[in-house]
Amino acid sequence: MSTLTVTPNYATGVVSNFDLFAGKLVDREEYFSCGHRACQGCGEALAIRLMCKALGKETVIANATGCMEVISTLYPTTAWKLPWIHVAFPNAAAVGSGVEAGLKVMRRKGRIPDRYVKTVAIGGDGGTVDIGLQALSGAMERGHDMLYVCFDNEAYMNTGIQRSSATPFGASTTTAPAGAASPGNRTWKKNVPEIMVAHNVPYVATACHSYPIDFMNKVKKARAVKGPAYIHCLAVCPTGWRAESKDCIKLGRLAVETGIFPLYEVENGKYRLTVEKPEKLRPVTDYMKMQGRFRHLGKEEIGYFQDRVNLEFAKLMNKVECIESWDELKG
Amino acid sequence: MTKPVGMEVAVAAAEAVALCNIDVAACYPITPNTHIAEHLADIIADGRIDAEYITVESEHSALSAVMGASGTGARTFTATSSQGLMYMHEILPITPAMRLPVVMGLGNRAVSGPINIWNDHSDIIMQRDSGWLSIFADNGQEAVDMFIQAFKIAEHPDVLLPINVNMDGFQLTHVVEPIVFPTQAQVNKFLPPYKPFASLHPDHPLSMGTLGLPEIYTEAVKARDVATVNAKKVIVQIWQEWEKQFGRKYEPVMTYKTAGAEILILTMGSMGETAEVAVDALRKKGVKVGLLKLKLWRPFPFDEIRKAVRGAKTLVVTDRALSYGGPGGPVCSEIRAALYDQPNRPEIVNYIIGLGGRDVRVEDFMKMIEGAPKAKKSGDAYQIYGVRE
Amino acid sequence: MKKWPETWKEYNTGGIVFEPGNARSFKTGPWRSLRPVWDNSKCIKCGVCYIFCPEGCVQEGPDGFFAADLDYCKGCGICAHECWPSAISMIEEGQES
Ligand code: SF4
Ligand code: SF4
Repeated sequence: MSTLTVTPNYATGVVSNFDLFAGKLVDREEYFSCGHRACQGCGEALAIRLMCKALGKETVIANATGCMEVISTLYPTTAWKLPWIHVAFPNAAAVGSGVEAGLKVMRRKGRIPDRYVKTVAIGGDGGTVDIGLQALSGAMERGHDMLYVCFDNEAYMNTGIQRSSATPFGASTTTAPAGAASPGNRTWKKNVPEIMVAHNVPYVATACHSYPIDFMNKVKKARAVKGPAYIHCLAVCPTGWRAESKDCIKLGRLAVETGIFPLYEVENGKYRLTVEKPEKLRPVTDYMKMQGRFRHLGKEEIGYFQDRVNLEFAKLMNKVECIESWDELKG
Repeated sequence: MTKPVGMEVAVAAAEAVALCNIDVAACYPITPNTHIAEHLADIIADGRIDAEYITVESEHSALSAVMGASGTGARTFTATSSQGLMYMHEILPITPAMRLPVVMGLGNRAVSGPINIWNDHSDIIMQRDSGWLSIFADNGQEAVDMFIQAFKIAEHPDVLLPINVNMDGFQLTHVVEPIVFPTQAQVNKFLPPYKPFASLHPDHPLSMGTLGLPEIYTEAVKARDVATVNAKKVIVQIWQEWEKQFGRKYEPVMTYKTAGAEILILTMGSMGETAEVAVDALRKKGVKVGLLKLKLWRPFPFDEIRKAVRGAKTLVVTDRALSYGGPGGPVCSEIRAALYDQPNRPEIVNYIIGLGGRDVRVEDFMKMIEGAPKAKKSGDAYQIYGVRE
Repeated sequence: MKKWPETWKEYNTGGIVFEPGNARSFKTGPWRSLRPVWDNSKCIKCGVCYIFCPEGCVQEGPDGFFAADLDYCKGCGICAHECWPSAISMIEEGQES
C-alpha cells in the first residue's frame, strides 16, 4: 500500500493545486456503502468512508455504540463491507482486544488463512474519551496490535447533543445549555491524544476529514504499526453544531486553521505538525460564528477561548520543537 | 480412566478448561475465583496449551474481549465472582443475543453490601434473566466434568448460547478433593473442535451485533427464547453421552433417597452434600425424607421438577439468595410457578440459608426438615434461617 | 431483500447480516430537498466532489467526469461548496437544471 506524500497547506487555507487532484489517487473501492442513515453532510460518515479506504480489505472493525453504529447496521441491512462487530457502548477497545487475540491465535493454530488481518476499534467521543476510556487505556497499555480511531464530534450526538468531556468550552449542549447563569460548557476539551502518548503508544495522531489525504496517510501509517496506535479524528456534526451541512468540510478546515484542532502526529515520542505551521492562526471567531452552538458567547468568553487556544497551540509547538524521539533519546 | 488425584477445585477447574484446548481467555482478579484465573495463566505461560490470555483491566472488558475473540471463531473462557459479575452485567445479555458460546466459571460469592467475600448465590441470581445457560456443581468432580460438558453444550449448533458453571466460592473453589481427570484423548473424543457458524474474517465479511428496530426486536427475542428453551434437550442428551463415556450421571434434577419420601428438601450447589448426610440421619430415625439437587438453573427444568416432587406431601426449598420485597427465594419462586397448576402439589416451605458465607451444618438441615410444619403454619412465604432475632 | 423477516424463524442467528453493504437496498435520495447539478464545461476532473461526499455516491464516469447517484445523494451541498471551479450547483428538487 503506497503512502501519498501530499500535505495540505495552511497558508492557502485549502488544498494547493497539486493536492486538488490527490483525491483521484485513493482506493476507489467503497467499503462503507451508500444507504447508511447518517444525517446530511455528516463528517463522521465521511471520515469512516475515508478510513476504510485507507485500511483496505484485510481489516476487522470493532465499533462502539454510537451514531456510526446506529446509522450503519439496522437489521437486516449493513453499510459495512468489512467484517464488523458491535457489542456495546464502553467496550470497543476491549472487543477489539479480543478480536486481535482471536485472529492471532487462530492464525497461529492454522484455523484461519495464514495472513495478517488488522484489527481496528472505533468509537465516538463519548464511547472513547468518557465511558470507554478505561477499556481504551487497558487495550493500549496491554499493547494489542490494534488501531483505535476516535471520531470526535464533540458531544453525545446520537442521544441528542449532550455534553461530553470532548465538548469544547462555551458550546451549548442539551446538558450544558447556555443560559442567563451559564456560558454553556464550562470546561476545556480533554486532551485524549496526549493521554495516549502517555501510554507510550508508538503512533498517535490527530486528523480531520477535511484533510482527507493527511487523514488517510495517518491511517495507513497507524495500520503499519505492529502494536497499538491511536488516531483522534475531528468529525464535524452539522446537526449538533447547528451549522449548515454544506459547511462540513470548511468547518474542519477552520478548526485547524484557527489552531483549535491542530493536526499533528507523535511517532515514537516525536511530535510533528503534519501541515505547515501558519504564519498566524486565524481568529477563533472565524470558526465560531458559523456554528449555532457558540452563538450565545459574549466578548469575555470568546476572549478566554482565544487565549486558551493560543496557549494550547504554544504548548504543542513547544513539544514539536523540543521533544526528541525515543530513538534520539537513546542516543 | 485415570486415578483420582487430590487437587484444589479451582485449580482442577482450570485444568479442565485447559483440557478443552481453549484459544482465548480473559480474566480479571476477584476473590474467590482468582485461583482459576491464576492457574489457567500458569498453564498457558508454561506452554501446556496454545492460547492467548488477556489480562484485562476490568470484568466488563473481560467479557467484552472474549466476545470479540469468540466472534473470530475462537473457543473462549472467562471466570469471575460477585461484584465482577455485577460489573459484567451490561454485557451479559448481549452474549446470548449474539449467540456467542462463551464459557464462564463462577466462584459464587455474596454481592455487596455490606461487602462480603464469602459464598452465597446472590451474584448469579441477580443475572438470572441475562439469558445465559447456568449449571451448578456440587463437588470438585462435578465442576471438572461440567466445564468440559459446558463447551460442548454452548457450541452445539442447536444451542449457540453462553453458559456459566457455578461453584460455591471457598466452600467448593478452595477445598482439596479427590478428582478423576479424563485423559486428553477422552476429552478430544467427547468434545469436537469448535466450528463457528459465522466468524469475523475478510474472506467473508459480515456484520455482528446489529441494531433491532421495534419491527424486529420481538422476533429477535422469540428466536433467542426458543433456542434457550430447546437447549434443555441438548443438555440432557450431552449429559447422557457423558454418562455413557465416563460413567458419571448428570440430570437437571438429581435425586437422593427419594423413594417413598413424604418430605423432600431441595438444594442447589455444594450444600447438597451436607443435606445428603442430614437425609441419611433422618432416614435412620424413620423420617421419610429425600433430597432433590437442582443442577440446571437455566433453562429451568419445569417438567423435571414436577416429576421429581410427585407423591411428596411437603417440599422444603432452600435458597442462597433473597429477592427483596419479592416472593421469597428465587429458586423457590420458580418451583412455585412450576407447581401452581399441578393437582396434589406438595406444601412448600422456603428457607433462605447460608448467606454471605454463613455455615449451614447437618443439624441445620435436620432442623429445617423437622421444623417445616411449624414454618408452614407461620404463613410466611419464606424464612431467613438462623437469623438472630 | 425483504424489508423485515416474515417470522421470527427467519431472523438470522445472532442478528448477523451476512450480505456486505446491503444497506444499498435503502435509498436515501428521497431525504433530499436540493440536488447537485454538474456543469462539465467548468469541471477540471479533480475528484474533490468524489473524495468529500459523505455518502460515497459521487463516482467517476467513463468520460472522466463525476456525477452523483441520486438514489443516495442526500443533498448536503458539500460537493458544490467544495468544488474549486464551481462546476456544481445545488438546485431545488423538482426544478429543471
Ligand atoms: S470537484 Fe468540481 S471540478 Fe472537481 S471533479 Fe468534481 S465537479 Fe469536477
Ligand atoms: S450533495 Fe452531498 S450527498 Fe449529494 S452528492 Fe453532493 S456531497 Fe454527496
